[in-house]
Amino acid sequence: MSLRYLARRLASAAITILLIVILNFVLFRMMPGSPERILLGRIPNVSGEVVAATRERWGLDKPLFPDQFVAYLAATAQGDLGFSYGARGRPVTDVLLQKLGPTLLLFGLGELIAIVLGLALGAYSGWRRGGVLDHLGNGLSLILYSTPYFLLGMALLLIFATGLGWFPTFGIDTVGRVYSGPLDQIADIGFHLALPLATVALGLVGQYSILMRSSIVETLSEDYITTARAKGLTEGRVLRTHAIPNALLPAVTLIAINLGYVVAGAITVEVVFNWPGLGTLTVDALSSRDFPVLQGVFLLLSVGVVLANLVADLTYGILDPRVRT
Amino acid sequence: MTQTPDEIRGRRQWPLPKLADPAAPLLEVRDLKTHFRLERGWVRAVDGVSFSLADGEALGLAGESGCGKTTTALSLVRLLPSNGRIRGGSVELFGIDLVPKSERAMQRYRWREISIVFQGAMNALNPVIRVADQIAEPIRHRLGQSDTAAKRRAAELLDLVGIPRKRLGAYPHELSGGMRQRAMIAMALACDPAIVIGDEPTTALDVMVQAQILLLLEQLRRDLGLSLILITHDLSVIAETCDRVLIMYAGKVAEEGPVERVFREPRHPYTRKLLGAFPNIHADRRTLEVIPGQPPDLLDPPTGCRFAPRCPFVMPVCSEVDPPEVRFDDGVRVACHLFPSSDEVSGASPATPTAAGEDAA
Repeated sequence: MSLRYLARRLASAAITILLIVILNFVLFRMMPGSPERILLGRIPNVSGEVVAATRERWGLDKPLFPDQFVAYLAATAQGDLGFSYGARGRPVTDVLLQKLGPTLLLFGLGELIAIVLGLALGAYSGWRRGGVLDHLGNGLSLILYSTPYFLLGMALLLIFATGLGWFPTFGIDTVGRVYSGPLDQIADIGFHLALPLATVALGLVGQYSILMRSSIVETLSEDYITTARAKGLTEGRVLRTHAIPNALLPAVTLIAINLGYVVAGAITVEVVFNWPGLGTLTVDALSSRDFPVLQGVFLLLSVGVVLANLVADLTYGILDPRVRT
Repeated sequence: MTQTPDEIRGRRQWPLPKLADPAAPLLEVRDLKTHFRLERGWVRAVDGVSFSLADGEALGLAGESGCGKTTTALSLVRLLPSNGRIRGGSVELFGIDLVPKSERAMQRYRWREISIVFQGAMNALNPVIRVADQIAEPIRHRLGQSDTAAKRRAAELLDLVGIPRKRLGAYPHELSGGMRQRAMIAMALACDPAIVIGDEPTTALDVMVQAQILLLLEQLRRDLGLSLILITHDLSVIAETCDRVLIMYAGKVAEEGPVERVFREPRHPYTRKLLGAFPNIHADRRTLEVIPGQPPDLLDPPTGCRFAPRCPFVMPVCSEVDPPEVRFDDGVRVACHLFPSSDEVSGASPATPTAAGEDAA
């Protein structure tokens, strides 16, 4: 991959992030209501002086531009996203970091399983088009693809947690349990993780499989596949070295787009299973009008989308020599 | 040609297949029938084609698009679309019939015995693999050579076809059309095959590059003693490169014979139409006559001669009886009722036909 390609991708990602930071500022300043009202919202009969003092303390008396904007940019650049209104004034960065872990665990693992399973299933059914596994896999994929997360999650919850009682119904670990060691804790988390993870993986596997199937079918009709067969290579080799690398190209794009939407999907899954991640945090922040946290979540999400696209571009560059320049 | 057939076969770097009959001809195709299954029935794309290829010989397959020339060539190594079936006939390579072979057994013959230079190397080369690696691939996986040996051989082959060493690491899209076709030729030579099929190898190229590629093929044929099957609709290409020409029409052989004989004295009305009114093949191709009408629907071909509806010399018998193949003294065979397979042939034809039977059959 050429250095120029890398530099161009990085620069475009950086510019996008800067624009997002600016938009984030504008968006929240355009919202109805004023911050001091929310800050003082729970105290009845506030005098004018207190409001003025609060405005001054939070820097709201200064003009939006340039003072507030510059202060915002400088703080954001240093990783300071302000303080949460709700969580006893904790820094937003701390709150986000605390919730990021469980979300990454759930969706990182879920994506990984869905990618591996979906691509493998799709590649196989595309290769054996019209076979038994193709018909079964395609039908199942379509059903899974069209089922929303929360429905899938609730079905799993009803069957395996409430009904059969095999798995816990909510949370990331057993509340109040004292662990005998790290292994014990991992086992407990894994136990809680099983159903939400299954929801995420099943919800994603369908679309990856459908995409990979059609991509493989299309690739197999290419002339270079005929060339590979003419070379007398075994079908397995033709598939592995010629069809799959080319068929993966469109899959990479879809996966990257999906990675960006991890938290959008997280909201429903996490709420269904009460998983303490960014999704539940977003819902909580929205209902309690915790704007600094929301602003932080927005920033994190959009940066996530940009980074996912950057990763896609770079992966594409590795897979396809034609885009490297 | 500078090598005799025996020398050419002695040149082989790899032993003949175990079942090979050393005395058998290189390639003998008899009554090949390759049909494509559609919902409405079978399309008889190739319907009873016979020909042979000797060591070091170059055979040109010519005819309109859709006449079955590519299907004929791809049938030799059974690289057919999934709805294609060989429904009759035999393809004997060194006396081994390839038609009944399993897919697995067939793979053994592909590229090591018969390789193909495809039309339009841009699509025939894998866009995400370096050209040199694509050339090395069959050397590694078919000849079982080490990675380094295969890479070295790939570099030699690129040298041989005139691609500079520094382009060794290039991807297909980084090469020009002519270079890609050269690379494709190098790839076809990778396993030192007995037969190379050129499927319209120069069609997608501009005239200058076309000439260069033809020159390269000609030179490789002379130096390596390649046996060549060249598929093209460009008769001048065949005139320049081939020893014999086989004219196909609607899945059947119309005429076949030595290039200079067929082009000098075309007998089949279709061949005459193809060549236009010009006795000299080197004349301007743009003045080729247009043949009115279209080739028949091969899903339900008409009885009798398939060219009859478009033939200017059509006779009542033509639409009723399949014309038998007639072999002439000068090595040309023709399937046309203008040349009955008996002795009472009119003196109009310059050579008198011998018996209808073929010497090989």
